[in-house]
Amino acid sequence: MSAPANARTGLGGNQPKIALRGLCKAFGGAVVLDGLDLEIGTGESVVVIGCSGVGKSVMLKCLLGLLRPDAGSVTIDGQEISRSRTAREGAMRRIGMLFQNAALFDSLPVWENVAFGLIQAQGMPRGEAREIAIETMAQVGLDADSADLYPAALSGGMRKRVGLARAIATKPEIILFDEPTTGLDPIMADVINDLIVTCTHELGATALTITHDMRSARKIADRIAMIHDGTIVWQGPAAEIDSSRNAHVEQFVNGRAEGPIQLAVAHAAAG
Amino acid sequence: MKRPPLQAIGHGVLALFEAVGRLSLFALEATSHCARPPFYPRLLLRQMVEIGFYSLPVVGLTGLFAGMVLALQSYTGFSRFSAESTIPTVVVLSITRELGPVLAGLMVAGRVGAAMAAEIGTMRVTEQIDALTTLSTNPHKYLIVPRLLAGLLMLPFLVLVTDIIGVGGGYLVSVYKLGFNPDAYINNTLEYLEVMDVASGLVKAAVFGYLIALMGCYQGFHSKGGAQGVGKATTNAVVTGAILVLIFNYIITEAFFAQ
Repeated sequence: MSAPANARTGLGGNQPKIALRGLCKAFGGAVVLDGLDLEIGTGESVVVIGCSGVGKSVMLKCLLGLLRPDAGSVTIDGQEISRSRTAREGAMRRIGMLFQNAALFDSLPVWENVAFGLIQAQGMPRGEAREIAIETMAQVGLDADSADLYPAALSGGMRKRVGLARAIATKPEIILFDEPTTGLDPIMADVINDLIVTCTHELGATALTITHDMRSARKIADRIAMIHDGTIVWQGPAAEIDSSRNAHVEQFVNGRAEGPIQLAVAHAAAG
Repeated sequence: MKRPPLQAIGHGVLALFEAVGRLSLFALEATSHCARPPFYPRLLLRQMVEIGFYSLPVVGLTGLFAGMVLALQSYTGFSRFSAESTIPTVVVLSITRELGPVLAGLMVAGRVGAAMAAEIGTMRVTEQIDALTTLSTNPHKYLIVPRLLAGLLMLPFLVLVTDIIGVGGGYLVSVYKLGFNPDAYINNTLEYLEVMDVASGLVKAAVFGYLIALMGCYQGFHSKGGAQGVGKATTNAVVTGAILVLIFNYIITEAFFAQ
């Protein structure tokens, strides 16, 4: 399912897998995205860091088509998806998403959550989908015994694993991670970071992560971009994050209250 | 912040039109998805069991006591001019045309409308509806359509049950408390009953079922702001559902009355 699309991107050579150009989005009077530009190459893992409420989630929602940008374009493999429903639905089949709180379906057992995309979007028979679901669960360290549990019975770390398994079960070309380590203890956070790295490598997928956890960013990222006031203020290879010479990045990486980033309460609430 | 009175009125009117417009668009979109694949028969069946089967005790009890009290009250009135023999007719007409659909509708609005708003609202605030979209599943088709269809199909069934139990309640009180002849009571019940009496009640029921499910889904789908938002959506679903039931009850009655 991913092979033909991968072949298609091979033709373009330098064409980015995902390109956000001049993205603007405002809610009422509050401008959240203000001409944001970001490109992600095929197979690359980009982590976008930034404070709460600066537009990270809004950027992700524009990419997923859950929000319609006021201006700018969102392209995947060179195809514009923000204006056309069919293009968006086509693109969605190639994207997997891990939500911040996993967003598991409470009414379905774990295996059906993992197999949801296989059964509903690809029309796979339930028996076959269950087998693949259990294989995928093994990849993220869940045994087959938990397949018939309901999400309410799971711990936070297990929910994240199930969410990750659901995101990768359809073998997507692009995986998006929304604050993958938020709400986990440091050890579990590291386990999830490792899983993210191995799963995206095994699939050869392009990954976009938004987070404010610097440990996580250093571990997952090939490239890090920092978002502030609705635009990307710095981007570069993950190894250069400590020598960025950018006041915003230095303040964020070192977690200082003093610096160019001043968190206005009203501003933070808008995003 | 205090507004001048005219501005406040204008604001209220605009907000009302906005709400009605948004609801109409939602209803149109959801209804249009009813006819377009993919369909989810498994989910439809689950909702039909949830609405139809699990509401039976509630609407059964409602029908029973409504029929019983109706027989008692009409006896109080009709015995004053020796018209006790009309009681079976009064009971069956009131139940099938009016009380069955309205009382069952209101009970289901409380039971089912609230449950739908709470479930869908929780799915909204925990990003489960966004997750559906990212898994290439249209939330309208997956969540809303099965509920609308189940409401439309199951409320007539529930109202038919209410009608039968309600008439049974009237029978019990009339025969065992007021001393009516059982055979005569049943004969009188059936003699003046027309198909239209029952049919108009079932048409009402189908409309009520659709409206209750629509309000439950709409309020849940547009809830925001965590637990408080879901609570508000649930309250709104019950209140707006019940009010729409009463408004459409009059509209449909008038439509049938004119004929």
